[in-house]
Parts: sequence; C-alpha cells; structure tokens
Amino acid sequence: MQITNIVVSGLGGQGVLKITDILAEVIFNQNFDVKKSEVHGMSQRGGSVSSEVRFGEKIYSPMVPAGEADILAVLDVTQTEVALPVLKAGGILITPDDVPLDQLKNPKALNTMILGAISANLPQLPEEAFVTAIENAFPEKLRALNVEMFKIGRNAR
Amino acid sequence: MKFFASGNEAVAMAAFDCGVNLGCGYPGTPSSEILDELSKLGGAAEWAPNEKCAMEVAIGCAYAGGRALVTMKHVGLNVAADPFFTIAYSGTPGGLVVISADDPGMASSQNEQDNRRYAIAAGVPMFEPADSQECYDFMCAAFELADKFRSPVLFRMTTRVCHSKCVLERRKATPDAKKSGSFTKDPKSNVMVPAFAKLAHRRMRADLKTMAQINEEGKYTRIIENSSEFGIITSGIAFQHVLDAAPEASVLKLGMTYPLPLDTISKFASKVKRCLIIDEGDPVLFEQLKAAGIEVENKAEEFRFGELNVARVRKLIAGDDTPDAPGKPGKPPQLCVGCPHRKTFEVIRDLGCIVSGDIGCYTLGVMPPFNAIDTCVCMGASVTVGLGMRHMLPEDEARKVVSVIGDSTFLHTGINGIVEMVYNRPKTGHVVIILDNRITGMTGCQENPATGYHLDLTPAYAVNFENIVKGIGVDNCDVIDTTAEPEKFAELLKTRLQSNDCSVIIARRPCILALAKRSKMEKK
Repeated sequence: MQITNIVVSGLGGQGVLKITDILAEVIFNQNFDVKKSEVHGMSQRGGSVSSEVRFGEKIYSPMVPAGEADILAVLDVTQTEVALPVLKAGGILITPDDVPLDQLKNPKALNTMILGAISANLPQLPEEAFVTAIENAFPEKLRALNVEMFKIGRNAR
Repeated sequence: MKFFASGNEAVAMAAFDCGVNLGCGYPGTPSSEILDELSKLGGAAEWAPNEKCAMEVAIGCAYAGGRALVTMKHVGLNVAADPFFTIAYSGTPGGLVVISADDPGMASSQNEQDNRRYAIAAGVPMFEPADSQECYDFMCAAFELADKFRSPVLFRMTTRVCHSKCVLERRKATPDAKKSGSFTKDPKSNVMVPAFAKLAHRRMRADLKTMAQINEEGKYTRIIENSSEFGIITSGIAFQHVLDAAPEASVLKLGMTYPLPLDTISKFASKVKRCLIIDEGDPVLFEQLKAAGIEVENKAEEFRFGELNVARVRKLIAGDDTPDAPGKPGKPPQLCVGCPHRKTFEVIRDLGCIVSGDIGCYTLGVMPPFNAIDTCVCMGASVTVGLGMRHMLPEDEARKVVSVIGDSTFLHTGINGIVEMVYNRPKTGHVVIILDNRITGMTGCQENPATGYHLDLTPAYAVNFENIVKGIGVDNCDVIDTTAEPEKFAELLKTRLQSNDCSVIIARRPCILALAKRSKMEKK
C-alpha cells in the first residue's frame, strides 16, 4: 500500500499542531500505521511551525522527505514559499485562498477550515471520524464552531 | 492497549508502568513534557532547580530503594555530570534511569553535543530508542537492567524520538508494584572514598563486560538480512530513515549502544561486502568498532552536523557529501507582543550596555530591534561571564557591562555567580538584572521554586529573590516593573552603572503566557 504524506505549515499560535493532532487521531482510529513529527520549543514565539503526518500500511521515518508530500496545507501565505520544496510534483497545495474566508466566523478557526480542505482530499478517511475527533479536541463552547468551519472547508472545492 | 503517542509520552507511560517512585528533572527542550506526562498519569514528579539537584534527589531516592527517573536535555547532563560519573561507580539498589534528550540540528539548543559519549566516559550502560514503542520497551528494559546490576542507565533520546508520535502498545496491563523505601547501611558500596571507589571502579568495569554479553543475546538488537553486498549499522532515529532510504540493504539496528555487542556486530560486518555506519551526531559507533578492529565504513564528516533525514541518508549512502542547499528560512521566533522583557531590552539597548546574556526566552533579545544580548554560553553564565568582562575591560567600558538572567535560570546556576560577585568584586562593581517573569517560559511555562506552585500545580513555598541576594550580601537590590516604569528603570540602571556597587535589579512582571496559564488554573 502507498504512503500518504501530509505537511501543514504556519506560524506559532495558528493551531498547526492542533489540526495535525486531529488528523493523526482520525488516521490512527482507522487502523492505519501513522507517524507525526514536528519540532517544538520555539513555536510559541510566533516563528514558523511545520508539522508532518505520514500514513499507510507501514511507516518508518516520521519525517516527510523533500519533494514527497502529497498534500501541503499552509495557514499563512508567507509560509508557502518556505514550505513548498516539500510538495511533490503534481501534489496538492492548500492555502487560505482556497477556502471561503468570508465564512470564517473566528480567525482562530482558520486551522479547522483548512483541515476540512485537507480532509476532502483523503477519501479513505470518513467525514464522521473527523467530526468526532474535532469534538473531542475542543472544549464544549468551541465544538460547534469548529465542526462548522471544518465542513465549510471540506466542501470548498 | 494501543496508543498514538510521542516518545516523551511513551517513556512517561513506561516509567509509570514500572512503578517509578519519583521522577525529577529540569525543563529543557526536547525533554520537557516527560515529567508533566508522568504526573498526569498519577506518578510523583518534581521540577528541581537544576539538573544536578534533580540527579542527586533521584540518586537519594534510589539509595533508599526507590525506582527513580531523572530527565534533562543534553546540556543538562553537563550540569549533572558530577554525580553521574560517581554514581556509575557506586550504583544504587533501587534503580536509576537518566534520560538525556539530545538535540542534533539544534532546533532549540546552544550546541549539538552527542551525549552517547557520556555513557562511554562514565561507564554507564545506554539505551537508544528509535520510536515511541522502543521508548516504552527500552524504558522497561532499563529499569530491569538497573535492578540486575544496581547500575544507573543512560536513556539517550533525540528531538525526533521525543516529539514524533507513532503507534505503540502499552505492554504492561497493570503497573508494577511500587517499591517501598528502605536503607541498608553499606558504606563499601555507597560511600565513594578512594578505598571503596577503587573497588567500585573494578566492579563497574566487570559489570559492563557482563552487560555486553547480555547485549549479545540480541534482545535489544534488530537484524534485517537482505543484501550481502550492502549492510548498514545504525541506531536511534537514523534506523527509520535507513528503512525508507535503503530497503534493499541488510541492517543491524542497535538498541543498547553501550556496552556494544561487538561479536554480533563483527559477524554482521563480515557477511556484507560494504558495511556502512549511519548514526546521527559524532562517530561514536565508528570509533568503538574501529578500536575493536571491525572493518566498517564511517559516514562522511558532513553528516555529523545536524539531523539526518531520508534524503540525507540517501546522499550519505551514495557517497555524496556536498552540503544541502539551504532552503528559504522560515520566520524566526521572537519575543511575544506584550512580553515584559521587551521594555527591559529597549532600555538596556538605548543605554549602550555590553550585555552578558543567558539561556531562556530572553536570549531572543539578541534579535532586532533589540540587539541587546552580546554573549550567551550556558545556564547561569551571564553573571560570571559579566564579572570576567568587568575585570578585563578598561574602566569606562567595564561600567557598561550588565548581566541579564531569567528567574528560573537564576535559581538554576545564577546564585553562585552572585556569591562570586560579592567575593571577587570588580573595581567598578557590577549590575545583574534578574528578568523575573514568574515562570520557566521558554520550555513551555513550567513551574519553578519561585512561582509558588509544584509541577502538579499544588501550592508550594515561593523562594524570594530579594532575600537571597541580600543574604549573599549585594550592595543594593531594587524591584521594578520595567513595562510600567521604563524611565524610572533607565534612571536606576544609569545610577547603578555609574556607581562601584554590586547591584541586583529585579525586573518583575509576569510572562503573558504564564498569566494565561494562571487564569486557566483559576477556572479549574
């Protein structure tokens, strides 16, 4: 079976790690082998953050090799050029321009909207699994908003 | 039961499942999450003021029969090296596992030292996990080995092993029963005076030979037999990259990397035409195999720098040692908007100070627009390096020198510097600014002895900086909120710099992330 490589990039505070946590949780619950990698430490200070998820039948290196990402999602357009070398030729690039930002009710939920757009490209992962994982990942008062933003992102393209 | 967990979470689970009696440490990326996770699971865990204290508390716990875990980043083991080298001789009856989280590539560190060398230098057995499952399994094995030989065990992780998440099976269904405390007087084993230490050293070397034999049994080793043309000897995270980069190769993957199973390695090396070593960092495996007369090919020097990844391993195998083309740099981290250090650094910069800096968020003061850190060596060095500069510089330059040190760093190893300051006073005096933001910020807002809370957020005695420095005997100590009163701070600093006093200024205002943490705590 093939390996699927997903990279999410953004700036500290945008919730990059939050959505790759949710994504990896969904994959784990679907019984794929999955690994997730990122570098912690400096991300709180507003610097570049990049998180990588790989899944398939069997995964070895937790890091996506340059030029081998199937999907690159970018939460801040300034990070596109920085992260682009990881995307394979013909890979899918998702940026905030690809989601209906006019429907974004809270700028902090851009991450879940982008997660929706990512999920639309992963037919092997059911939508309900994402919804459940999002509900588990947020406190009650933020659940409905994030599920809604996820669905808008998922249906955007 | 299966989990999707980071290496740090996995070692915490394993330590808990092994019935660990106490986890001690000092925060440092990439090790910081381990003790928090242990505490969340219900284990006893504490932040010590520094790694040496943490190691010694753990040693005491293990002398008293307990299983003890001590966690730190690689440079932390430099601080704790003194007890580490001698506990290697004496050992402890309870079982002591020392986690060193190395940072090849320096994602968040001041150097990329390879702490595998500590295992060799001290004569301590070492495990090197390659993923979260091995973090769990090897932590259990480490406590077993510690029990068998009453030896401390070094558990060497790296950034990618600590922070990558993968699927792991938590093999122990129920935690081991916790050991109960007891102390048997045994000075020959526990008192390292020369007469007893001489015996202990011989015993330690003999034990290492037995451990090497145990390592030959293959419990911690994986051998993948493929090509007879090409074999790779590897350890740690490099193993994962090797499996992706060279699926055709035969692989010998070592789990216990000191003392080495030299017979196993020799046999493997003799079966393949080309035998290449692929590990991150220094040529630690190569040097030992070369000394043992095993013919192996070392990685090119280029690959001792930074992290490995699949692409670099491919290049390494192909004999291509050209440096990677640098990518477009990302946005560097910076002091938060609203960070109390900002105003402090603006004032220091505008006064044209020579700034002896230290380790913490405030090291980011080196970046524009502050440009207000001139040296940074290691934890606690700001005070003493500043004093050395004061001794050497001509008077008008010496008067510009200030030391800046964070609250947690001050408690870590800054206090000794204040003692040095009042004892060997520079002619021009000195000024130390304690950047007291009421938290250990850089590593993710851990508690420290001055915050008033323990690791598990129960209330604690809060150490008072004013009392400490006054007790040591500084000439004056002022407390100021530099964000609220920047002009007053500038005037005060000018006055202190012009005097020949040994002064401490405590710039006190909470970190905005700490305030967020406190408000969350209140809601609970």
